[in-house]
Amino acid sequence: MDRRATFKGTWIAAALIAPQLVLVFIFFYWPAAQSLYWALTLEPPFGGGNQFVGLQNFEAVLSDKLYWNSVRVSILFAVCSTSLTLIVSLMLAAFVDRRLSGYQVYRFVYFWPYAIAAPAVGLAFRFIFAPDAGFVSAINKAFPNLWNPALDGWDAFILIVIANSWKMIAYSFIFFLAGLQAIPRTITEAAAMDGAGVLRRLWDLQLPLLAPTFFFLLVINITESFVDSFGIVDITTGGGPARATDLMVYKIYSDGFKGLDYSLAAAQSIVLMTLVITLTFVQFRYVERRVHYK
Amino acid sequence: MIERTPILDFFTHLAMIIGLVLAALPIYIVFVASTHDLPTVNQVPMPLTPGADAWKNYATVWTKSDFGTKFLNSFIVASLVTLGKIAIAAISAFSIVFFNYRLKMVFFWLIFVTLMLPLEVRIVPTYAVAANALSPVEGLANLILNGPANLLAFVGLDGVARAMPQLAIKLPEWNLLNSYTGLILPLVATATGTFLYRQFFMSIPPELVEAAKMDGAGPLRFFKDVLIPLSRTNMAALATIMFVYAWNQYLWPLLITTKPEMTTATMQLQKLVPGPLFGQPPVWNEAMAGTLIVMLPPLLVVVFMQRYFVRGLIQADK
Repeated sequence: MDRRATFKGTWIAAALIAPQLVLVFIFFYWPAAQSLYWALTLEPPFGGGNQFVGLQNFEAVLSDKLYWNSVRVSILFAVCSTSLTLIVSLMLAAFVDRRLSGYQVYRFVYFWPYAIAAPAVGLAFRFIFAPDAGFVSAINKAFPNLWNPALDGWDAFILIVIANSWKMIAYSFIFFLAGLQAIPRTITEAAAMDGAGVLRRLWDLQLPLLAPTFFFLLVINITESFVDSFGIVDITTGGGPARATDLMVYKIYSDGFKGLDYSLAAAQSIVLMTLVITLTFVQFRYVERRVHYK
Repeated sequence: MIERTPILDFFTHLAMIIGLVLAALPIYIVFVASTHDLPTVNQVPMPLTPGADAWKNYATVWTKSDFGTKFLNSFIVASLVTLGKIAIAAISAFSIVFFNYRLKMVFFWLIFVTLMLPLEVRIVPTYAVAANALSPVEGLANLILNGPANLLAFVGLDGVARAMPQLAIKLPEWNLLNSYTGLILPLVATATGTFLYRQFFMSIPPELVEAAKMDGAGPLRFFKDVLIPLSRTNMAALATIMFVYAWNQYLWPLLITTKPEMTTATMQLQKLVPGPLFGQPPVWNEAMAGTLIVMLPPLLVVVFMQRYFVRGLIQADK
């Protein structure tokens, strides 16, 4: 890391990095610390300073059935949308990587959905999957009341999984394709010379070499499903019906800003923060390993 | 590869076409729905060819939602966030890579670790900070001033602690709610951008620095005349991802703006339809017209700058 060629002038260096450090302190570290403080204290009803209550807020959160419901929904959501995303995007990338005629067109279009904002995706899918208008409603004409995300919890859950995956498939596809194209052509050619067909090469050669990309995307997809899903849920289902799509991030928002219970919202934030930090940590370790192997 | 696999090729093409339909069909349906009148849109099954009411729907939703103001706000916010992120990432990385001081790795990690604290997990306290942006400074100052007294009280020496003077600094309030500053400033710090620039700066050969120094260039001169021209491609890559990121922000503007003239285009999506829980039937044709205009700017950036976008995305590894 030590470079021989550097400039002199500690003051200039400090002035250059100061703006970002100030922003990071004000908008990241202080709020994170504040969360911890709120999570450990309670605001008395008649004013005065916050009182230290230890882990009481966490106990309140963890003994709340509604909270465990949101944890369950979040984990199920992460598992479903991550598996759907990874399977579909890996298949698409493997197909496009074969470079049959016209593959540029597919590569070009597959990527589009990632540009679209989560709430716009949500609104589009709410229309497409609406029970009484739109595209999927044709099912209800053949089988009345089969599909209604406004009333049926599972239908609503399927809706947000599909909407989230549609966006994330585009993102994962780019990384899988880049990973496949980074595999040296000589290795594939050697395998072909040895008589391995297209599918055999894919299974025994390309997929194992793609493992690091796969792992990276696994972590990113889980994290995004915890964090970025807010826009989709807020527009399509609003956490309902009957809390069937009440993801953890959405519950923090509704407890904090609609219920105005900062202490409970802060305790939940700390739990979610711990989850995200753990996931990011896992990813750093993996990034380190990959650099090492290269 | 030079081999004939007609059956496999057929299935590959088939799968790729299905993929193409899955990726493009939702956008197409939104487009078709935005071109019909309301009774036609509400037909089951809906028509799959565009209708004749496109201009009427777009004009209606544009004036009804006041998209003129919202688009202007979104453009101002997204452009300034992008500019701010690029500028701040470039100078921070410059300081970390081209100067030698003891704390530089600490500073780098302080910035980089913020990747672990996405806005969504710290919304409530960040909102409190936005209501008074100087409160963290005030809080930190008071924490340091009263540190000894609090420590004594904590270990049980209440009497001694009470004897010490309570110090308090009061800074003026600086409210960021309903302002461009509030929409922009909290989004400007960037771990990804700093990381990307650091990687790029580390690949600059040391000889270039030596040569510049020998020619009598100071650090700022070197930054302006050597690094900035060299990093143009990087800058474009970063600019595309950051613009799309900033345009698509939803939760933060939703929290800190209440005045209609300060809201952004993406936020407006929520107001195009009644809330999901209280089911009045939405006016779908206008709602879909609104969705399409909101999703268009980032889509155009991606379509026309795809090369830069993909490059930025993959280099940054998030």
